[in-house]
Amino acid sequence: MAILELRDLSLTLGGRRILDNLTADFWEGHVHAVVGPNGAGKSTLASTIMGLGGYRDYSGDIIFEGQSLKDLSIDERARLGVTLAWQEPARFEGISVRDFLRATAKDKSEQSVRDVLDAVGMKPDEYLSRAVDKTLSGGERKKIELASILAMRPKFVMLDEPDSGIDVASLQRIFDALAAFKNIGSTVIMITHSLTVLKHAEHAFLMCCGKIVEKGNIDKMQVFFEQNCIPCDHKNRPDVMAR
Amino acid sequence: MNIEKIISEANIHAVMHDPGAARLVIDLNKVMDKNAVPGLEVFPEEHSEGVNVKIILRKDTIVEKPVHLCFGVSHQTAVQKINMDVTIETGAKIDIIAHCIFPDSKDVQHIMDAVIRLGEGARYSYFEKHIHNPMGGIQVYPKARIFVGKSARFKTDFELIRGRVGIIDIDYEIECEDNSSLEMTAKVSGKADDVIKIRETGLLKGRSSRGVLNSRVAVRDFAVAHIYNKLTATAPYARGHVDCKEIIQDNASASAIPIVEVKHPKAHITHEAAIGSVDNKQLETLMARGLTEDQAVELIIDGLLA
Ligand SMILES: Nc1ncnc2c1ncn2[C@@H]1O[C@H](COP(=O)(O)OP(=O)(O)O)[C@@H](O)[C@H]1O
Ligand SMILES: [Mg+2]
Repeated sequence: MAILELRDLSLTLGGRRILDNLTADFWEGHVHAVVGPNGAGKSTLASTIMGLGGYRDYSGDIIFEGQSLKDLSIDERARLGVTLAWQEPARFEGISVRDFLRATAKDKSEQSVRDVLDAVGMKPDEYLSRAVDKTLSGGERKKIELASILAMRPKFVMLDEPDSGIDVASLQRIFDALAAFKNIGSTVIMITHSLTVLKHAEHAFLMCCGKIVEKGNIDKMQVFFEQNCIPCDHKNRPDVMAR
Repeated sequence: MNIEKIISEANIHAVMHDPGAARLVIDLNKVMDKNAVPGLEVFPEEHSEGVNVKIILRKDTIVEKPVHLCFGVSHQTAVQKINMDVTIETGAKIDIIAHCIFPDSKDVQHIMDAVIRLGEGARYSYFEKHIHNPMGGIQVYPKARIFVGKSARFKTDFELIRGRVGIIDIDYEIECEDNSSLEMTAKVSGKADDVIKIRETGLLKGRSSRGVLNSRVAVRDFAVAHIYNKLTATAPYARGHVDCKEIIQDNASASAIPIVEVKHPKAHITHEAAIGSVDNKQLETLMARGLTEDQAVELIIDGLLA
């Protein structure tokens, strides 16, 4: 069953059509990938689903559990269970990891906060009292971001470039977190242009120039992606292709 | 008795009964309680509008427990003038925690004039926490002249985040000798028609002296904040940084003037100032986890002032 549906979703930014008539179903409880070259519109799609400022003036519709998200604010969408992990997580001066995790956790107990840090391979005693600021590395921030999302127990998670800016060991922790999401029944969308990340999904959508050009299981999509997108067949020129 | 209110707001009950903890508790112009420890001399002198306090920490004395100063005004209408003269002799070390508490002020002025001298290698940390009532009705004028001797360390934290500010006008001037360091941080939150003025000037005149001036201010409603931070370096290898962050909401306004002046080719000072509404990415991140906009703003501002 689809938990989230895109229906003829289009978005124009700065006079350019960045999302071009997208229609897709994301099946409940599955790990999906949205792959595509840089500039394809993947992050824009995530921002639009989340309802971020500047991405709300779309045509078509986004349906979550049968309900249109059209007039809902970011936090209303989040409270329905939709969330997004940014490619570059924000930093928060003066907020401790503990307070950051607790602020959005369903279960605010110390144990649950420790559990989500454990789930992303971070030692609670080492991190709980540190600030979520520039003293953490990019990889550490990304894992804390994931922990905070685990703690909110979302139904639908979008991870924008989960592998960017992190080392191989941390990447494995992020794949571990996928299992944790599956355990709590979350549907996951990984946005990526990496084959390594793609391999951890069950289904994939290939985006190019604001369109979904192909979809299917991972084996099929991997071959298609390798043959057509590395290097890109048509230079990923939205101005030409997205007409 | 009102002094109880002051002590409980400051949360220093335990200290009040510890013979090993030095303290001085003042309500308006009356010394309510005083305790000194060996090597630390405290001479309070009451006058009609306040108290003159002379503090001397003798050479090489290390005061283990923090010294508590409590300057309260339990009255509704009053002017309180505190003149402090502090000498920390060579090699001595002290941590002071000061509470300034005005639980019932309707029209209270608190004027603090301090001269602080640190001898060679002395260490001094001063944490001043203001606890105001929610109505305002208070004007606070802290003024200090500070001299940091060779290899001495001076650190001060000023915090006014509970209750209404009313008017606060901070004016600190500080001079640093060779190898000494200074670190000043002020955290203030203003609302309604509060007025916040912070003026801090540091002179790094000693070789290899270090200085950091930090200000963190949040203003909302019609509150205004003016921050003026100046750091001057005139000696080789002096290093400094001025850092000011202000978050404004509603019709509040803020200005920041960081001035860095370098008068020696081997000195180096940097500055950073950010004034604006709450950072959009931080806000959207927290909202994407389900916090309302108001809850998200509160968490971000709490963090700024933490
Ligand atoms: N606010 C905006 N205004 C104009 N163009 C934008 C805006 N945001 C993104 N774009 C453009 O949309 C295209 C898709 O961007 P993005 O969604 O970030 O791609 P991807 O995540 O697939 O790399 C890019 O060409 C980008 O420059
Ligand atoms: Mg992107």
